[in-house]
Amino acid sequence: MTDIQSIISIVLVVIGIFFMFVGSVGIIRLPDFYARTHSVSKSDTLGIIFVIVGLVIYEGFTQSSLKLLLIVLFIALSNPVGTHALARAALKSGLNPFFSDDELKKESKK
Amino acid sequence: MEHFFLYSAVILTIIIAVPLYRVLNGPTLFDRLLATNAIATKTIVLIALIGFLFDRIDMFIDITLAYAILGFIGSLIIAKFVTTEKVEPE
Repeated sequence: MTDIQSIISIVLVVIGIFFMFVGSVGIIRLPDFYARTHSVSKSDTLGIIFVIVGLVIYEGFTQSSLKLLLIVLFIALSNPVGTHALARAALKSGLNPFFSDDELKKESKK
Repeated sequence: MEHFFLYSAVILTIIIAVPLYRVLNGPTLFDRLLATNAIATKTIVLIALIGFLFDRIDMFIDITLAYAILGFIGSLIIAKFVTTEKVEPE
């Protein structure tokens, strides 16, 4: 029983750390601010959910695992809301999105 | 199992250090704020892993909850502040 719990927990934590690694690479590699919000909101939230659910399965039925599930619920609600607030602030203060055919438009105007 | 928690905490620390590049030379203010938000959310998982590493998860879980709530409120308030302070478009 304990072996099965440990194996499931290890698999979930490794999947979650992979998703968080994808989110970190996305912050470095993506071209502009509005594209980077995707990597922060989606990949990071999914990775955090996987890691903490793996830790809950390793812990079992205790009071601490209930609090860990509350943290999962809170992060799944709060992380996209915070990122969306930042994107709204950027849009209201006049930051223009980056389109891949901007260079083509400039050349056709010339 | 404790070795697994130790190695995953070390790898997670390396992953957390990656967005510091965007904090240091992001083109705009919002890139820096976004990278700071990403670091704060990943640190929550790091604190939970350290709690399992020391076998004191019943103490570290409260620190994790407080850190999550403070990070969320700080991010929202900074976004609100930047919205009301009008930034001049170039």
